Amino acid sequence: MAIENAKSAQVGLTGNSAVALAMKQINPDVCPAYPITPSTAVIETFSSYVADGEVDTELITVESEHSAMSAGIGAAAAGARVMTATSAQGLALMWEMLYIASGMRLPIVMTNVNRALAAPINIHCDHSDSMGARDSGWVQLYSETVQESYDNVFMAVRIAEKVKLPVMVCLDGFITSHAIENMDTIEDADVQAFVGEYEPEVSLLKESELPTTYGAMSLPDSYMVFKKQQSEAMSGAKKVVEEVSAEFAKKFGREYGLIDSYKLDDADVAIVIFNSATGTTRVAVDELRKEGHKVGVMRIRLFRPLPHAEIAEALNGLKAVACLDRVDSFNDFGGPLFNEVRSSIYDLENRPKVISRIYGLGGRDYKVSDARSVFEELLKIVETGTVEDTTKYITI
Amino acid sequence: MTDKDNNEEFPAGGVILDGGNADGYETGGWRKLKPVLDKEKCTNCLICWVMCPDSAIIVEDGKVVGFDMEHCKGCGICDVECPPKINAIKMVSEEEAD
Ligand code: SF4
Ligand code: SF4
Repeated sequence: MAIENAKSAQVGLTGNSAVALAMKQINPDVCPAYPITPSTAVIETFSSYVADGEVDTELITVESEHSAMSAGIGAAAAGARVMTATSAQGLALMWEMLYIASGMRLPIVMTNVNRALAAPINIHCDHSDSMGARDSGWVQLYSETVQESYDNVFMAVRIAEKVKLPVMVCLDGFITSHAIENMDTIEDADVQAFVGEYEPEVSLLKESELPTTYGAMSLPDSYMVFKKQQSEAMSGAKKVVEEVSAEFAKKFGREYGLIDSYKLDDADVAIVIFNSATGTTRVAVDELRKEGHKVGVMRIRLFRPLPHAEIAEALNGLKAVACLDRVDSFNDFGGPLFNEVRSSIYDLENRPKVISRIYGLGGRDYKVSDARSVFEELLKIVETGTVEDTTKYITI
Repeated sequence: MTDKDNNEEFPAGGVILDGGNADGYETGGWRKLKPVLDKEKCTNCLICWVMCPDSAIIVEDGKVVGFDMEHCKGCGICDVECPPKINAIKMVSEEEAD
């Protein structure tokens, strides 16, 4: 569904339509795309904006996702503002080029609608696609709602261009991408004022520059220097995400942190989680609070770079924490969220016990009762002081 | 990318900002065989000058006068490309040449 004209208004949109609308309002220079379920409607809707002449974007219909990212890299090196979208196998096929985009420091913005990786083939939500790409040098923002997915796309453009790193905006396949939610749009003019013009310091097509070379070989005398620069840029991205989110909140009234804590301050136990499952967990928190239990939930919005200090600060004083991963690392030791959160809090003097629970793979439902069972396990850990299962599959 | 003492100043993403800086990279050190020109046989057709991947054939006033040994990597392309009937370039080992 293509949205005609965006005034600041309340509308009902799916996650995919909201992302496509955000892309339309940004009006990127180039969009190389190869649609894939469940992000198809992002490109489908955006291509109708292109066909109707509502954007100036060059839409490049390529023959694979590897080519989509390759074309994006070429266009970004030429100085274009580049956006695209993908999911699951599409992201996997881009793998080689993901590292090239980040290594060449190109601020491409890509929406990844989270979907389970095959095999067995499955089109529904889990985080195996973007979690596999967590070390590819892309900034990763995870979105809980349609509203946040829409808002994150604008912020992603600003963050990417400031830190010179590509940014991936993740939202849950079908749950967020296909469900209609009430949300507020931002006026076109305000979007343009927020994202501004893209003016890269150097690019292949920049006038008055001597010819530049992109993607040249770098041997042991220099390769590591570029990796250190990239690593420092990623560390610096945390502050930029904070600044851009603060500016967004000031202009549009919606606040987003690096992490999002709910009733954590006086909590004994908490669940740490990503994306749409947070809302379900909050309902369980409210129920258990009414029953007198001190429980809370933390959602990670920024996963790359990892806000490890903020995570440690927020979990300091808790007694037991469950990290819920919608992906398995197949390492016999829990999912990526578990390992990184556990590592983040290691230096706390009285660190909480931390367990890993893997849930919702391939779109398996996660219900309020599932969150409640995890909280009950945590409360039992606090009571007995012992952890029976550090890692376990739930919702199965 | 030759300034090893100034690593921190390398442009982000490995972008090379100076055009034509391959000149500063001396590929001559790779050489095992070196080309030797027989000026008697050479017709100055300049096929070798066109084909040399390192622009190492030195031409003055339309005539081949020698090789840029800082950049000639000894690939032997000039030897192969020089028309067989003329065969004015021979690849020889460095020791043999000395
Ligand atoms: S050997 Fe190769 S590099 Fe040297 S002059 Fe001949 S073609 Fe050029
Ligand atoms: S190709 Fe042979 S004949 Fe022609 S200019 Fe070179 S050396 Fe001379």
